[in-house]
Amino acid sequence: MIATPGYVLRLADLSLVLGQRLGEWIGHAPAIEEDLGLANTALDLIGQARLLLAYAGEIEGRGRSEDDLAFLREQGEFLNPVLAEQPNGDFGQTIVRQVLIDAFQLQLYERLAASSDARLAAIAAKSVKETRYHYRYSSGWLVRLGDGTPESRARVQSALEKFWPLTVELFAEDDLDRAMAQAGVAPRLDEVRAAWDLCIDGLLAEATLTRPADRSYSWFGKRGQHSEHLGYMLAEMQHLQRVHPGARW
Amino acid sequence: MHDIRHWPLYEVFVRARGGLDHKHVGSLHAADARMAIDHARDLYTRREEGVSLWVVRSTDITASDPAEADSLFEPARDKIYRHPTFYDIPDEVKTL
Repeated sequence: MIATPGYVLRLADLSLVLGQRLGEWIGHAPAIEEDLGLANTALDLIGQARLLLAYAGEIEGRGRSEDDLAFLREQGEFLNPVLAEQPNGDFGQTIVRQVLIDAFQLQLYERLAASSDARLAAIAAKSVKETRYHYRYSSGWLVRLGDGTPESRARVQSALEKFWPLTVELFAEDDLDRAMAQAGVAPRLDEVRAAWDLCIDGLLAEATLTRPADRSYSWFGKRGQHSEHLGYMLAEMQHLQRVHPGARW
Repeated sequence: MHDIRHWPLYEVFVRARGGLDHKHVGSLHAADARMAIDHARDLYTRREEGVSLWVVRSTDITASDPAEADSLFEPARDKIYRHPTFYDIPDEVKTL
């Protein structure tokens, strides 16, 4: 049993959109060392997105390449969770967004590595190694900032409050998620959630941060409903291909 | 968080592959040792340069005084008998 193009696009767009966001830090990070660190992670994510987009294009069978899918889809066709497209904000906000998603991708890829879809399993097995480092980097910073000065602690706690409601979407199972889980392509999201909770709770304790209360949420990037931020990001990301269609290096 | 300019300097050593020793490759700023390892990974091993990293605070390194170089190193110059060049090295030994 193999994945549907829509499911693969969800995975691809999460990496693509987050990678593009991190790329915005290049030249602006608080230290040249962080500039390199964030850029490396961004490139890992874009590399994952390329493999996934190429695969989605193949199983879709309409001749769309990874570039077509990245640069010629409209906002409503992007299937990333809304959390990934949130603006970078300050460094603390970037780190909170990153660690929440790194922990999610870590749990997801570990399980997708055993997918019944061999191609997806291979991509996940490659990506999980990168993601373990992403999580090491972002969790290290979360602890440093959370258990840091009153100022850094207040900033990351407030970022946590801001982004926490958007994590609901990561684990809200819909028909596509259920179908993929039943086919053995993807793990069940409640299982991913339990592992993510364990990971995040331990980390928040170490960072001396408070886990925000869960709130109901009904806004789903993974079904194409996005925040106002994605359009601006895509305008920049897709500008070149829109103005010069087919332009190559 | 301290200002970045106050982050201490770390020296970075990379082992290129198993069996070789760690070589000094450069330095970087980091707030703590864990961050120094992360930065070293991102700055110095992104093109597959290594399989192991050491970082050490630059202030923890004690250096010899260049002014003393004459007395420290010159006397070794005429002691050729200390070189192990009088031995035949077996062909099987690759990385000596």
